[in-house]
Amino acid sequence: MANSSIFDIITPIMVGPSSSHTAGAVRIGLLAGKIFGSNRPQKVHFKLYNSFAKTGKGHGTDKGLLSGVLGFNVDDTRIKNALDIAKELGVKYSFEYAEDYNRHPNSVDIIFYGREEDDDAQIRVSADSLGGAKVVITNINGYQVNLRGDYHTLLLIYKDKPGMIYRVTTLIQDFDINIASMTCDREAKGHNASMSICLDSPLTEDIINSIKTISEIYLIRNIEVTK
Amino acid sequence: MKPTTTFAELAELCQKTNKKIYEIAQEEESSLLECTEQNVRKRVQETLKAMQEAINEGLKSDEKSASKMVGADCAKLKKYYEKNEGLFSQPYQNIIKYALATSEQNARMGKIAACPTAGACGIVPAAMIGIGTYLKVENEILINALLTAGIIGRIISEKTALAGAVGGCQSECGVASAMAAGAVVEILGGNAEQIINAVALALKNILGLVCDPIAGLVEVPCVKRNPFLAIHALTAAELALADIKSFVPADEVVDVLKQIGALMSPTLKESAQAGLATTPSAIKITEELNKTCQK
Repeated sequence: MANSSIFDIITPIMVGPSSSHTAGAVRIGLLAGKIFGSNRPQKVHFKLYNSFAKTGKGHGTDKGLLSGVLGFNVDDTRIKNALDIAKELGVKYSFEYAEDYNRHPNSVDIIFYGREEDDDAQIRVSADSLGGAKVVITNINGYQVNLRGDYHTLLLIYKDKPGMIYRVTTLIQDFDINIASMTCDREAKGHNASMSICLDSPLTEDIINSIKTISEIYLIRNIEVTK
Repeated sequence: MKPTTTFAELAELCQKTNKKIYEIAQEEESSLLECTEQNVRKRVQETLKAMQEAINEGLKSDEKSASKMVGADCAKLKKYYEKNEGLFSQPYQNIIKYALATSEQNARMGKIAACPTAGACGIVPAAMIGIGTYLKVENEILINALLTAGIIGRIISEKTALAGAVGGCQSECGVASAMAAGAVVEILGGNAEQIINAVALALKNILGLVCDPIAGLVEVPCVKRNPFLAIHALTAAELALADIKSFVPADEVVDVLKQIGALMSPTLKESAQAGLATTPSAIKITEELNKTCQK
């Protein structure tokens, strides 16, 4: 809880009106967009829960989430016009509002579709806005994760097999990069699994290319911290 | 270096090293962020610039927020001062205009600097820049003042979260007012003891303030509360500059802020379940807004 820097007090410089419901929404959208990948999605659906659903309109939570997905940061004055900008860019979007008190008061599911005609989601991301513009991605495609955007993070989805964690972490260690924390989850033994690894310094192109050579990995995302 | 976590420690350190509070603040940040003190000041300048821009943009606009509850009042105040002298002098007028301008800018989705939160974003810049503009002080003095405000907020946040949902509005606008009081004392050449007294005096007088925003939005009463609490900070600053002491020291007042926050009913902590948020006028607008939201 304790803030250690005065910049936690006198920033962020952000588009209002709420650090949790506007700036937090943008940060969730940005992280989710990076998880989706480097291309812009053609269609994206947002399911807002609880306080996000109830007070979201007045706080611009919808515009914030969409802005993040479009790659705008918390201080981008285009946030206010995000709905129109998405239309101009050809990004289809829809919003749904729900109550589920098993979920965090400020939470959202973001469902990405690669192409407009797709019915099957390519990526599903769930996230909570924790207050003070701090956020956490809690779930990706059904796998539990704990991704806060405060560390450089390597995200992998792969076929569960003995030695996978060892192979990946050894490659990272070979380049002398320290692992701050990691979260792993799997569907079932021998099925799909996920790994998110928080790092003290960013990965180089070389390490990512070496990790890409592991054939059991389906999805690899290198999410760097941006200031 | 280990950052200071209490006002007593800060006062002692200032006395021992013969340094100003802002100098301690920039040293601590430089060590924490592993950058030069000059770079710390550069980052503070970015916030100062954003604050100034929010005031300028806010003064130009009369656009309402999405809910239409707030947004056109700074324009009214400006018009009033064009035709009337007002009761008080120019810095007072600047300060309430700037606070309203910034807060309305936040409500209409304009760019602001959260300080310490978005809902309280008008208080510190209005007090600091209002006084600074009136006295025509150099930019470096305003950076010193914002560093002072920053370390005040940080030390309070070491004990309690600065969020309405945790401690009510006393932890957002109340803390902003204490930060502003310290910043103004710094601009006016006060010493560390006077700055810390200003913090205690401002905070002590705002204890118990609840967070009961209509429809859960950062609008009513938040927007108009910002000018009130910017002026509240000036009272604390002037008392402190006269060497008037808070009988209860700043650290003890912060403990009480935390205690009252914990004792405060959850219905009055940003949940819109009591207070102004459940008045007949609030219920009416909340129902109207819910209809448009669920569509």
